[in-house]
Amino acid sequence: MSLMKRISLVFRSKANRALDKAEDPRETLDYSYQRQLDLLAKVRRGVADVATSRKRVELQVNQLEQQSTKLQGQAEKAISVGREDLAREALTRKSGLSNQISDLKAQHAQLLGEEEKLTLAQQRLQAKVESFRTRKETIKATYTAAEAQTKIGEAMSGIGEEMGDVGLAIQRAEDKTANMQARAGAIDELIASGALDDVSQPGGGDDIARELDALSSGSDVETELAKLKAGSRPEALESGQDGDVLQPESEKSADEGRQ
Amino acid sequence: MIVRVLGEGQYDVPDDKLEMLNELDQAVESAVETGDTDAFGQALGALLAGVRSAAVPHEAGTLDTSDLILPPADASLEEVRDLLSGDGLIPG
Repeated sequence: MSLMKRISLVFRSKANRALDKAEDPRETLDYSYQRQLDLLAKVRRGVADVATSRKRVELQVNQLEQQSTKLQGQAEKAISVGREDLAREALTRKSGLSNQISDLKAQHAQLLGEEEKLTLAQQRLQAKVESFRTRKETIKATYTAAEAQTKIGEAMSGIGEEMGDVGLAIQRAEDKTANMQARAGAIDELIASGALDDVSQPGGGDDIARELDALSSGSDVETELAKLKAGSRPEALESGQDGDVLQPESEKSADEGRQ
Repeated sequence: MIVRVLGEGQYDVPDDKLEMLNELDQAVESAVETGDTDAFGQALGALLAGVRSAAVPHEAGTLDTSDLILPPADASLEEVRDLLSGDGLIPG
């Protein structure tokens, strides 16, 4: 027998076994309808749970990307002050973050996919439950308990199959997100512990930042000094041509006008 | 005939496409039997693509049962084995 047939048979027999056999088959309809509403609520919660996980991963990606940008800045600064060793360290840490970021982005895409699938499953189930409700009322209004048996069987099989499908979708989504949530938890802890922040918090526990700060406060003085020197030099040169450096601006331009 | 792809919903497949789908189905079946994960992924992908291309979505508001039920597109070989054995995967 073909694979498709075998799966169909197993699936259907399991879905049918799940149906409750009540004394008055019409009661089965109400009971089943209640279970359908419960399942619908469960899918909605599933969609919300997956969305929460997705947002959490988004937030983490943003945080890690900010850290990565900071490390890039540190590397550039380190190079500008001639400290290749510090730049190398910053870039090494950045590359570690990049791996985590691409891993998180892959998770994000997967969560988005699960969210879409569950949303569609919810819409399909919603449509079937709505039909079932109408069918249920018709059956109860039209048939006696004895007559209703076949009609009920048909309606129940149809909805049972959909419920089995949706139930499976929820279970798979839960299994997939559970693993991701554990990893997301680990990254949250890492962020909260400051292990990632420290790398780029100036004056914090970060050695790169500390060294760069020390270097830059030293080099800032040198830069300022160089600026002052450079600022006075061009005018000194000009003074050779135009006369007194200390001559007031107005007179200087008047001199230039005369030339 | 109505074919359900788990996780996707029901499709109406014209009867004259059944032979083509049976061939694709055999490839999935033999991959499951030999435990060849790569071949399984490809064969399942081809089978589901075959269904989707041959079919139109079945009307959403009906309570019709499906003639055939197929595994989800991203099912693993183990999941399909579970589906076949009736253990675990289908919530009772």
